[in-house]
Amino acid sequence: MSDWVEACAAGDIDEEDVMRFDHGGRTFAIYRSPDDDYFATDGLCTHEKVHLADGLVMDDIIECPKHNGRFNYKTGAARGAPVCVNLATYPVKVEAGKVLIQIG
Amino acid sequence: MTATPSQRDYSLIGRDAKLAVETGLSAAEWYHTDIPRKQMKELMQRSDGPAIRDTAIWLTALILSAAGGAWFWGTWWCVPFFFVYGVLYGSSTDSRWHECGHGTAFRTQWMNDAVYQIACFMIMRNPVTWRWSHTRHHTDTIIVGRDPEISVMRPPDLLRVMLAFVGVLDAWHAMLDMVRNAAGIISPAEKTFIPEQEQPKAIRIARIWTAIYAATIVLALYSGSFLPMMLVGLPRLYGAWHHVMTGLLQHGGLADNVIDHRLNSRTVYMNPVSRFIYWNMNYHVEHHMFPMVPYHALPRLHELIKHDLPAPTPSILAGYREMIPAFLRQLRNEDYFLKRELPPTARPYREEFHNDAVAAAAE
Repeated sequence: MSDWVEACAAGDIDEEDVMRFDHGGRTFAIYRSPDDDYFATDGLCTHEKVHLADGLVMDDIIECPKHNGRFNYKTGAARGAPVCVNLATYPVKVEAGKVLIQIG
Repeated sequence: MTATPSQRDYSLIGRDAKLAVETGLSAAEWYHTDIPRKQMKELMQRSDGPAIRDTAIWLTALILSAAGGAWFWGTWWCVPFFFVYGVLYGSSTDSRWHECGHGTAFRTQWMNDAVYQIACFMIMRNPVTWRWSHTRHHTDTIIVGRDPEISVMRPPDLLRVMLAFVGVLDAWHAMLDMVRNAAGIISPAEKTFIPEQEQPKAIRIARIWTAIYAATIVLALYSGSFLPMMLVGLPRLYGAWHHVMTGLLQHGGLADNVIDHRLNSRTVYMNPVSRFIYWNMNYHVEHHMFPMVPYHALPRLHELIKHDLPAPTPSILAGYREMIPAFLRQLRNEDYFLKRELPPTARPYREEFHNDAVAAAAE
Protein backbone atom coordinates (compact mmCIF):
# COMPACT_ATOMS: atom_id res chain seq x y z
CA MET A 1 0.00 0.00 0.00
CA SER A 2 1.43 3.41 -0.95
CA ASP A 3 1.74 6.10 1.67
CA TRP A 4 0.71 9.72 1.48
CA VAL A 5 3.60 11.82 2.73
CA GLU A 6 3.47 15.46 3.75
CA ALA A 7 5.87 17.36 1.52
CA CYS A 8 5.39 21.02 2.43
CA ALA A 9 2.84 23.69 3.15
CA ALA A 10 0.85 24.78 0.11
CA GLY A 11 2.13 28.32 0.50
CA ASP A 12 5.77 27.24 0.51
CA ILE A 13 5.79 27.13 -3.30
CA ASP A 14 5.13 30.21 -5.39
CA GLU A 15 2.75 29.97 -8.33
CA GLU A 16 4.48 28.63 -11.44
CA ASP A 17 7.40 27.36 -9.42
CA VAL A 18 8.98 24.19 -8.08
CA MET A 19 10.46 22.99 -4.81
CA ARG A 20 12.71 20.12 -3.85
CA PHE A 21 11.48 17.49 -1.37
CA ASP A 22 13.68 14.70 -0.04
CA HIS A 23 12.17 11.65 1.62
CA GLY A 24 13.40 8.15 2.39
CA GLY A 25 16.66 8.61 0.54
CA ARG A 26 14.85 9.79 -2.57
CA THR A 27 14.41 13.24 -4.02
CA PHE A 28 11.25 14.68 -5.57
CA ALA A 29 10.15 17.90 -7.21
CA ILE A 30 6.84 19.47 -6.15
CA TYR A 31 5.24 21.94 -8.59
CA ARG A 32 2.61 24.60 -8.27
CA SER A 33 1.08 25.40 -11.65
CA PRO A 34 -0.15 28.81 -12.83
CA ASP A 35 -3.68 27.44 -12.21
CA ASP A 36 -2.78 26.79 -8.58
CA ASP A 37 -2.72 23.01 -8.93
CA TYR A 38 0.04 20.87 -7.42
CA PHE A 39 2.06 18.10 -9.07
CA ALA A 40 5.00 15.91 -8.16
CA THR A 41 7.72 14.14 -10.15
CA ASP A 42 11.06 12.52 -9.49
CA GLY A 43 13.45 15.25 -8.47
CA LEU A 44 16.32 14.44 -10.79
CA CYS A 45 16.47 14.98 -14.53
CA THR A 46 16.50 11.66 -16.40
CA HIS A 47 19.34 12.94 -18.56
CA GLU A 48 22.14 13.66 -16.10
CA LYS A 49 20.65 13.51 -12.59
CA VAL A 50 20.49 17.24 -11.99
CA HIS A 51 17.97 18.59 -9.44
CA LEU A 52 14.98 19.92 -11.36
CA ALA A 53 14.03 22.15 -8.42
CA ASP A 54 16.76 24.54 -9.58
CA GLY A 55 15.08 24.78 -12.98
CA LEU A 56 12.45 27.01 -14.53
CA VAL A 57 8.70 26.34 -14.58
CA MET A 58 6.88 27.75 -17.59
CA ASP A 59 3.19 26.87 -17.90
CA ASP A 60 3.20 23.06 -17.67
CA ILE A 61 6.91 22.66 -18.47
CA ILE A 62 9.87 22.21 -16.13
CA GLU A 63 13.21 23.01 -17.73
CA CYS A 64 16.35 21.41 -16.33
CA PRO A 65 18.93 23.97 -15.16
CA LYS A 66 21.92 22.13 -16.62
CA HIS A 67 21.09 21.40 -20.25
CA ASN A 68 17.67 22.97 -20.67
CA GLY A 69 15.96 19.61 -21.19
CA ARG A 70 12.19 19.97 -20.88
CA PHE A 71 9.48 17.82 -19.32
CA ASN A 72 5.75 18.24 -18.93
CA TYR A 73 5.62 18.03 -15.14
CA LYS A 74 1.91 17.09 -15.21
CA THR A 75 2.50 13.93 -17.25
CA GLY A 76 6.26 13.44 -16.90
CA ALA A 77 6.63 13.39 -20.70
CA ALA A 78 10.06 14.31 -22.07
CA ARG A 79 9.69 17.21 -24.48
CA GLY A 80 12.83 17.06 -26.57
CA ALA A 81 16.60 16.86 -26.54
CA PRO A 82 18.60 16.34 -24.52
CA VAL A 83 16.01 14.48 -22.48
CA CYS A 84 14.69 11.28 -23.98
CA VAL A 85 13.35 9.40 -20.93
CA ASN A 86 10.12 10.45 -19.20
CA LEU A 87 9.98 11.49 -15.56
CA ALA A 88 8.05 9.43 -13.02
CA THR A 89 5.06 11.34 -11.62
CA TYR A 90 3.27 10.91 -8.28
CA PRO A 91 -0.29 11.67 -7.14
CA VAL A 92 -0.63 14.85 -5.12
CA LYS A 93 -3.39 16.24 -2.91
CA VAL A 94 -3.73 19.31 -0.72
CA GLU A 95 -5.33 18.89 2.67
CA ALA A 96 -5.56 21.46 5.43
CA GLY A 97 -3.00 23.62 3.68
CA LYS A 98 -0.49 20.79 3.35
CA VAL A 99 0.78 19.26 0.12
CA LEU A 100 0.80 15.45 0.28
CA ILE A 101 2.35 13.15 -2.29
CA GLN A 102 1.74 9.45 -2.69
CA ILE A 103 5.05 7.67 -2.91
CA GLY A 104 4.94 4.18 -4.30
CA MET B 1 54.05 25.97 -35.58
CA THR B 2 52.82 22.65 -34.33
CA ALA B 3 54.69 21.52 -31.21
CA THR B 4 55.65 18.11 -29.97
CA PRO B 5 52.95 15.43 -29.68
CA SER B 6 50.51 16.13 -26.86
CA GLN B 7 50.56 14.33 -23.54
CA ARG B 8 46.82 14.85 -23.62
CA ASP B 9 44.53 12.44 -25.45
CA TYR B 10 41.61 14.47 -26.78
CA SER B 11 39.91 11.50 -28.43
CA LEU B 12 36.39 10.99 -27.09
CA ILE B 13 37.05 7.26 -27.00
CA GLY B 14 40.64 7.43 -25.80
CA ARG B 15 42.73 7.17 -22.64
CA ASP B 16 41.84 10.53 -21.09
CA ALA B 17 38.14 10.03 -21.75
CA LYS B 18 38.24 6.84 -19.72
CA LEU B 19 40.36 8.47 -17.03
CA ALA B 20 37.97 11.43 -16.66
CA VAL B 21 35.10 9.06 -16.01
CA GLU B 22 37.10 6.96 -13.54
CA THR B 23 38.33 9.98 -11.55
CA GLY B 24 34.93 11.69 -11.40
CA LEU B 25 36.02 14.68 -13.50
CA SER B 26 33.29 13.76 -15.94
CA ALA B 27 29.69 14.61 -15.01
CA ALA B 28 30.96 16.27 -11.83
CA GLU B 29 29.13 18.80 -9.70
CA TRP B 30 30.39 22.23 -10.79
CA TYR B 31 30.82 25.35 -8.72
CA HIS B 32 27.90 27.80 -8.68
CA THR B 33 27.69 31.20 -7.10
CA ASP B 34 24.81 31.31 -4.64
CA ILE B 35 21.86 33.33 -5.92
CA PRO B 36 18.53 33.56 -4.07
CA ARG B 37 15.81 31.59 -5.84
CA LYS B 38 13.65 34.67 -6.36
CA GLN B 39 16.41 36.52 -8.20
CA MET B 40 17.36 33.44 -10.18
CA LYS B 41 13.77 33.02 -11.31
CA GLU B 42 13.67 36.61 -12.50
CA LEU B 43 16.89 36.13 -14.45
CA MET B 44 15.69 32.89 -16.03
CA GLN B 45 12.39 34.36 -17.22
CA ARG B 46 11.85 33.92 -20.95
CA SER B 47 10.54 36.55 -23.30
CA ASP B 48 10.01 36.60 -27.06
CA GLY B 49 10.46 40.35 -27.36
CA PRO B 50 14.25 40.85 -27.35
CA ALA B 51 14.95 37.91 -29.65
CA ILE B 52 12.17 38.86 -32.10
CA ARG B 53 13.62 42.37 -32.27
CA ASP B 54 17.18 41.10 -32.73
CA THR B 55 16.15 38.45 -35.26
CA ALA B 56 14.19 41.00 -37.29
CA ILE B 57 17.26 43.27 -37.38
CA TRP B 58 19.48 40.32 -38.25
CA LEU B 59 17.29 38.98 -41.08
CA THR B 60 16.67 42.47 -42.51
CA ALA B 61 20.41 43.19 -42.50
CA LEU B 62 21.07 39.79 -44.09
CA ILE B 63 18.59 40.40 -46.91
CA LEU B 64 19.71 43.99 -47.56
CA SER B 65 23.42 43.13 -47.57
CA ALA B 66 22.80 40.11 -49.83
CA ALA B 67 20.74 42.27 -52.19
CA GLY B 68 23.46 44.95 -52.22
CA GLY B 69 26.16 42.37 -52.86
CA ALA B 70 24.18 40.85 -55.72
CA TRP B 71 23.28 44.24 -57.19
CA PHE B 72 26.87 45.42 -57.25
CA TRP B 73 28.30 42.01 -58.16
CA GLY B 74 31.21 42.43 -60.53
CA THR B 75 32.23 45.80 -59.08
CA TRP B 76 34.26 46.73 -56.00
CA TRP B 77 31.08 48.17 -54.49
CA CYS B 78 29.95 44.66 -53.65
CA VAL B 79 32.81 44.24 -51.16
CA PRO B 80 31.34 46.18 -48.19
CA PHE B 81 27.99 44.46 -48.71
CA PHE B 82 29.57 41.00 -48.67
CA PHE B 83 31.70 42.03 -45.70
CA VAL B 84 28.51 42.66 -43.73
CA TYR B 85 26.66 39.70 -45.20
CA GLY B 86 29.59 37.39 -44.44
CA VAL B 87 29.69 38.32 -40.76
CA LEU B 88 25.92 38.02 -40.43
CA TYR B 89 25.99 34.63 -42.18
CA GLY B 90 29.28 33.13 -41.04
CA SER B 91 29.61 34.59 -37.54
CA SER B 92 26.35 35.78 -36.00
CA THR B 93 24.87 32.35 -36.73
CA ASP B 94 27.33 30.89 -34.21
CA SER B 95 25.58 32.67 -31.36
CA ARG B 96 22.08 32.14 -32.83
CA TRP B 97 22.77 28.44 -33.13
CA HIS B 98 24.05 28.41 -29.60
CA GLU B 99 21.35 30.40 -27.84
CA CYS B 100 18.45 28.82 -29.70
CA GLY B 101 19.97 25.39 -29.07
CA HIS B 102 19.72 26.11 -25.37
CA GLY B 103 16.11 27.12 -25.96
CA THR B 104 16.59 30.37 -24.09
CA ALA B 105 16.51 33.02 -26.84
CA PHE B 106 12.73 32.96 -27.29
CA ARG B 107 10.03 31.92 -24.88
CA THR B 108 8.14 30.28 -27.76
CA GLN B 109 9.83 27.01 -28.57
CA TRP B 110 9.04 26.86 -32.31
CA MET B 111 10.80 30.20 -32.71
CA ASN B 112 13.91 28.77 -31.05
CA ASP B 113 13.68 25.72 -33.30
CA ALA B 114 13.22 27.75 -36.50
CA VAL B 115 16.17 30.09 -35.90
CA TYR B 116 18.23 27.11 -34.69
CA GLN B 117 17.72 25.24 -37.98
CA ILE B 118 18.53 28.29 -40.12
CA ALA B 119 21.61 29.19 -38.08
CA CYS B 120 22.86 25.58 -38.07
CA PHE B 121 22.72 25.46 -41.85
CA MET B 122 24.64 28.70 -42.21
CA ILE B 123 27.31 27.85 -39.63
CA MET B 124 27.52 24.31 -41.08
CA ARG B 125 26.78 22.44 -37.87
CA ASN B 126 24.45 19.50 -38.06
CA PRO B 127 21.61 20.53 -35.72
CA VAL B 128 21.36 17.06 -34.18
CA THR B 129 25.07 16.36 -33.79
CA TRP B 130 25.86 19.78 -32.42
CA ARG B 131 22.95 19.87 -30.00
CA TRP B 132 24.37 16.77 -28.37
CA SER B 133 28.00 17.86 -28.59
CA HIS B 134 27.09 21.11 -26.89
CA THR B 135 25.24 19.23 -24.18
CA ARG B 136 28.48 17.38 -23.51
CA HIS B 137 30.41 20.67 -23.59
CA HIS B 138 28.23 21.90 -20.73
CA THR B 139 28.53 18.67 -18.78
CA ASP B 140 32.30 18.37 -19.15
CA THR B 141 33.55 21.83 -20.08
CA ILE B 142 37.20 21.62 -21.24
CA ILE B 143 37.62 18.16 -19.72
CA VAL B 144 40.19 16.44 -21.92
CA GLY B 145 38.73 13.42 -23.71
CA ARG B 146 35.15 14.36 -22.85
CA ASP B 147 34.48 17.81 -24.28
CA PRO B 148 34.03 17.62 -28.08
CA GLU B 149 34.13 21.42 -28.42
CA ILE B 150 37.65 22.27 -27.26
CA SER B 151 38.68 24.72 -29.95
CA VAL B 152 42.38 24.98 -29.05
CA MET B 153 43.92 21.76 -27.81
CA ARG B 154 47.33 21.60 -26.15
CA PRO B 155 49.89 22.13 -27.41
CA PRO B 156 48.10 24.59 -29.68
CA ASP B 157 48.10 24.05 -33.41
CA LEU B 158 48.48 27.71 -34.31
CA LEU B 159 48.22 27.12 -38.05
CA ARG B 160 44.84 25.54 -37.48
CA VAL B 161 43.84 28.45 -35.24
CA MET B 162 44.77 30.99 -37.91
CA LEU B 163 43.00 29.04 -40.67
CA ALA B 164 39.87 29.04 -38.50
CA PHE B 165 39.59 32.81 -39.04
CA VAL B 166 38.80 32.11 -42.68
CA GLY B 167 36.82 28.97 -41.92
CA VAL B 168 38.83 26.75 -44.24
CA LEU B 169 39.36 23.71 -42.06
CA ASP B 170 36.02 24.03 -40.25
CA ALA B 171 34.10 24.17 -43.51
CA TRP B 172 36.15 21.33 -44.99
CA HIS B 173 35.50 19.09 -41.99
CA ALA B 174 31.85 20.14 -41.90
CA MET B 175 31.49 19.13 -45.55
CA LEU B 176 33.21 15.79 -44.97
CA ASP B 177 30.98 15.13 -41.95
CA MET B 178 27.90 16.14 -43.91
CA VAL B 179 28.69 13.80 -46.80
CA ARG B 180 29.57 10.98 -44.39
CA ASN B 181 26.34 11.48 -42.44
CA ALA B 182 24.38 11.76 -45.70
CA ALA B 183 25.82 8.35 -46.63
CA GLY B 184 24.28 7.04 -43.42
CA ILE B 185 27.49 6.79 -41.40
CA ILE B 186 27.69 8.03 -37.80
CA SER B 187 31.29 8.06 -36.55
CA PRO B 188 32.38 6.22 -33.37
CA ALA B 189 33.07 9.57 -31.67
CA GLU B 190 29.60 10.89 -32.60
CA LYS B 191 28.07 7.72 -31.21
CA THR B 192 29.53 8.59 -27.79
CA PHE B 193 27.27 11.62 -27.44
CA ILE B 194 24.36 11.24 -29.90
CA PRO B 195 21.70 8.83 -28.59
CA GLU B 196 20.85 6.05 -31.00
CA GLN B 197 17.28 7.23 -31.57
CA GLU B 198 18.57 10.68 -32.61
CA GLN B 199 21.09 9.44 -35.17
CA PRO B 200 18.61 9.01 -38.07
CA LYS B 201 17.68 12.69 -37.68
CA ALA B 202 21.32 13.69 -38.14
CA ILE B 203 21.46 11.61 -41.32
CA ARG B 204 18.20 13.10 -42.69
CA ILE B 205 19.41 16.69 -42.13
CA ALA B 206 22.77 15.90 -43.78
CA ARG B 207 20.95 14.62 -46.85
CA ILE B 208 18.81 17.77 -47.11
CA TRP B 209 21.87 20.00 -46.78
CA THR B 210 23.82 18.01 -49.35
CA ALA B 211 20.96 18.56 -51.79
CA ILE B 212 20.94 22.33 -51.09
CA TYR B 213 24.70 22.68 -51.61
CA ALA B 214 24.54 20.54 -54.75
CA ALA B 215 21.76 22.76 -56.11
CA THR B 216 23.82 25.87 -55.33
CA ILE B 217 26.84 24.49 -57.18
CA VAL B 218 24.70 23.46 -60.15
CA LEU B 219 23.18 26.97 -60.24
CA ALA B 220 26.66 28.52 -60.14
CA LEU B 221 27.82 26.30 -63.00
CA TYR B 222 24.66 26.90 -65.01
CA SER B 223 24.84 30.68 -64.60
CA GLY B 224 28.61 30.79 -64.99
CA SER B 225 28.87 32.91 -61.86
CA PHE B 226 30.22 32.50 -58.32
CA LEU B 227 27.38 34.62 -57.02
CA PRO B 228 25.16 31.73 -55.80
CA MET B 229 28.11 30.40 -53.78
CA MET B 230 28.91 33.87 -52.44
CA LEU B 231 25.39 33.84 -51.01
CA VAL B 232 25.22 30.20 -49.86
CA GLY B 233 28.20 28.36 -48.38
CA LEU B 234 31.18 30.65 -48.97
CA PRO B 235 30.07 33.25 -46.37
CA ARG B 236 30.92 30.55 -43.79
CA LEU B 237 34.53 31.15 -44.88
CA TYR B 238 34.83 34.85 -45.62
CA GLY B 239 32.58 35.83 -42.70
CA ALA B 240 33.90 33.44 -40.06
CA TRP B 241 36.50 35.77 -38.56
CA HIS B 242 34.25 37.45 -36.02
CA HIS B 243 32.90 34.30 -34.41
CA VAL B 244 36.40 32.83 -34.24
CA MET B 245 37.76 36.07 -32.77
CA THR B 246 35.15 36.04 -30.01
CA GLY B 247 34.92 32.27 -29.65
CA LEU B 248 38.61 31.70 -28.96
CA LEU B 249 38.32 34.01 -25.98
CA GLN B 250 35.75 31.77 -24.31
CA HIS B 251 38.28 29.31 -22.90
CA GLY B 252 41.59 29.97 -24.69
CA GLY B 253 44.74 29.69 -22.58
CA LEU B 254 42.81 28.90 -19.39
CA ALA B 255 42.83 25.79 -17.22
CA ASP B 256 41.58 22.40 -18.38
CA ASN B 257 40.31 19.48 -16.29
CA VAL B 258 38.75 21.67 -13.60
CA ILE B 259 35.14 21.79 -12.40
CA ASP B 260 34.85 25.51 -11.74
CA HIS B 261 33.90 27.72 -14.69
CA ARG B 262 35.71 30.63 -13.06
CA LEU B 263 38.95 28.80 -13.86
CA ASN B 264 38.33 27.70 -17.43
CA SER B 265 36.08 30.38 -18.94
CA ARG B 266 36.56 34.05 -19.68
CA THR B 267 34.17 37.00 -19.45
CA VAL B 268 35.21 39.83 -21.77
CA TYR B 269 33.75 43.31 -22.04
CA MET B 270 32.99 44.02 -25.71
CA ASN B 271 31.65 46.76 -27.94
CA PRO B 272 27.88 46.80 -28.67
CA VAL B 273 28.24 45.64 -32.28
CA SER B 274 30.22 42.55 -31.29
CA ARG B 275 27.76 41.90 -28.48
CA PHE B 276 24.89 42.00 -30.98
CA ILE B 277 26.69 39.60 -33.31
CA TYR B 278 27.71 37.43 -30.36
CA TRP B 279 24.44 37.69 -28.43
CA ASN B 280 26.21 38.54 -25.17
CA MET B 281 28.21 35.30 -25.03
CA ASN B 282 31.12 37.48 -23.92
CA TYR B 283 29.63 36.88 -20.46
CA HIS B 284 30.92 33.37 -20.74
CA VAL B 285 31.60 32.46 -17.14
CA GLU B 286 28.06 33.54 -16.32
CA HIS B 287 26.62 31.56 -19.24
CA HIS B 288 28.36 28.35 -18.23
CA MET B 289 27.49 28.72 -14.59
CA PHE B 290 23.82 29.41 -15.35
CA PRO B 291 22.92 28.24 -18.88
CA MET B 292 19.23 28.83 -18.13
CA VAL B 293 19.68 32.59 -18.23
CA PRO B 294 18.79 34.10 -21.65
CA TYR B 295 21.38 36.15 -23.49
CA HIS B 296 19.57 39.42 -22.85
CA ALA B 297 19.71 38.86 -19.08
CA LEU B 298 23.42 38.02 -18.92
CA PRO B 299 24.54 41.62 -18.24
CA ARG B 300 22.22 41.67 -15.20
CA LEU B 301 23.53 38.29 -14.06
CA HIS B 302 27.07 39.58 -14.45
CA GLU B 303 26.35 42.57 -12.19
CA LEU B 304 24.81 40.26 -9.61
CA ILE B 305 27.68 37.75 -9.32
CA LYS B 306 30.80 39.60 -10.40
CA HIS B 307 31.94 39.85 -6.76
CA ASP B 308 32.46 36.08 -6.95
CA LEU B 309 34.22 35.95 -10.32
CA PRO B 310 37.69 36.79 -11.61
CA ALA B 311 37.94 40.33 -12.94
CA PRO B 312 36.50 40.42 -16.47
CA THR B 313 38.90 40.94 -19.34
CA PRO B 314 38.43 44.61 -20.29
CA SER B 315 38.42 44.21 -24.10
CA ILE B 316 38.87 41.81 -27.00
CA LEU B 317 42.37 43.21 -27.50
CA ALA B 318 43.25 42.64 -23.84
CA GLY B 319 41.99 39.07 -24.19
CA TYR B 320 44.35 38.42 -27.10
CA ARG B 321 47.21 40.10 -25.28
CA GLU B 322 46.99 37.49 -22.55
CA MET B 323 45.90 34.56 -24.69
CA ILE B 324 48.48 34.64 -27.50
CA PRO B 325 51.51 34.57 -25.15
CA ALA B 326 49.81 31.71 -23.28
CA PHE B 327 49.41 29.75 -26.54
CA LEU B 328 53.07 30.37 -27.37
CA ARG B 329 54.19 29.14 -23.95
CA GLN B 330 52.00 26.07 -24.33
CA LEU B 331 54.04 25.17 -27.41
CA ARG B 332 56.99 24.60 -25.09
CA ASN B 333 55.06 23.45 -22.04
CA GLU B 334 51.55 22.22 -22.67
CA ASP B 335 50.75 22.24 -18.95
CA TYR B 336 51.04 26.02 -18.84
CA PHE B 337 47.80 27.93 -18.38
CA LEU B 338 46.53 31.31 -17.23
CA LYS B 339 45.63 31.08 -13.58
CA ARG B 340 42.62 33.16 -12.64
CA GLU B 341 42.74 35.40 -9.58
CA LEU B 342 39.59 35.81 -7.54
CA PRO B 343 38.53 39.02 -5.80
CA PRO B 344 38.63 38.97 -1.97
CA THR B 345 34.83 38.77 -1.92
CA ALA B 346 34.75 35.47 -3.82
CA ARG B 347 34.26 32.01 -2.42
CA PRO B 348 37.54 30.14 -2.95
CA TYR B 349 38.28 27.58 -5.60
CA ARG B 350 38.62 23.97 -4.73
CA GLU B 351 42.39 24.22 -4.52
CA GLU B 352 43.01 20.65 -5.58
CA PHE B 353 42.22 21.88 -9.09
CA HIS B 354 44.88 24.54 -8.87
CA ASN B 355 47.32 22.39 -6.99
CA ASP B 356 50.97 23.22 -6.54
CA ALA B 357 52.30 21.00 -9.29
CA VAL B 358 49.96 22.33 -11.92
CA ALA B 359 50.15 25.92 -10.72
CA ALA B 360 53.93 25.75 -10.92
CA ALA B 361 53.56 25.31 -14.65
CA ALA B 362 51.76 28.61 -14.77
CA GLU B 363 54.58 30.53 -13.12
